[in-house]
Amino acid sequence: MTRCLLLSMDEWRRQHSPLVPKVERVHLQVGTFTCVEPDQLVVTWGDAVRGSWLDGAELVIESVLLVGRCVPCQATYRPDPSCGFRSPCCDHPMEEIVSGRELRIRSVAYAFADQAVPAPAAHPPAPCPAA
Amino acid sequence: MHMPLEDNLGLNLLAANQHRADHNRAHFDAWKLLCLNVMSSPGAGKTSLLERSLAALASRWSMAVLEGDMTTLLDAERLEAVGIPVVPITTGRACHLDAAMVSGGLKLLQQRLDPADLDVLWVENVGNLVCPAEFAIGEHRKVALLSVTEGDDKPLKYPVMFREADCVLITKVDLLPHLPVDVERIEVHIRQVNPAAAVFRLSATSGEGFEAWHGWLADQLTAFRSAPALVHA
Repeated sequence: MTRCLLLSMDEWRRQHSPLVPKVERVHLQVGTFTCVEPDQLVVTWGDAVRGSWLDGAELVIESVLLVGRCVPCQATYRPDPSCGFRSPCCDHPMEEIVSGRELRIRSVAYAFADQAVPAPAAHPPAPCPAA
Repeated sequence: MHMPLEDNLGLNLLAANQHRADHNRAHFDAWKLLCLNVMSSPGAGKTSLLERSLAALASRWSMAVLEGDMTTLLDAERLEAVGIPVVPITTGRACHLDAAMVSGGLKLLQQRLDPADLDVLWVENVGNLVCPAEFAIGEHRKVALLSVTEGDDKPLKYPVMFREADCVLITKVDLLPHLPVDVERIEVHIRQVNPAAAVFRLSATSGEGFEAWHGWLADQLTAFRSAPALVHA
């Protein structure tokens, strides 16, 4: 999983090429109904980025709770493994998942050295005085 | 000195793997080749399932296997003995196959045959009930095995695997008379986390349940060939 995250970050970096952004923080959203253990991911991230262009970047993981929707009554609920993930309202199996499957890079906070910041694209260039 | 910036990405953490998996899938579709990702814990009976199914179906369909294992070629050698082309993928320390590994296996397979001549490609994943569930490889269907010796609580303890599966095979049912396990309860727990999955009870030793399982496979192949784009999950 850490390797996949690094590959995705490498891809993001290429969008800024030839500049190399200094990443301060990577914010992940990780659902509780996934195979990712957040604490372990933070530890392996620290090891994996040491000495790389991401060295020093903090990994912040936001947990997204598992929420199901009971199909018969449309109520949302928190599926509980000890209750077989069934809805408490209708005792219905966990048919629809509203959230909890997220494995998402929400945002990346970074900076460029001042002289390397590209000109903002939103502003049109000033007219040439010679024109 | 620095201008702080923030990009809101909303990017799938597994985007790089998904990209490769989509690439694999495009090849499978072009070849009209149904790809099955077979997953379970170690020892649940994946290789025994394949041995029996390959032997039974070889006269009907042309098939090949990508065999994932961490270290040895033992399973690949067992399946080669059935007379089906097998490409071993040794993952080393990795506990699952990913799309890049399967892509590498496909390239090796192409050196031996034209995949467009195949009907079904079986990918036997590394024995693990956790990680393989998250890593797409380009498959059309995910098949999860759970042996009766593992106990009835596993679908609740490893729910992501059983949630992701299109089909769950309860294996080794010939051992039920010797075990204090309730197979009905196993099935109830599977359906609690995945009401949509097809569930079959099998024994690779006695052959029990294989006719129904092979019927399900035939249905998937027919659906895939008639409207491959609609089969995509």
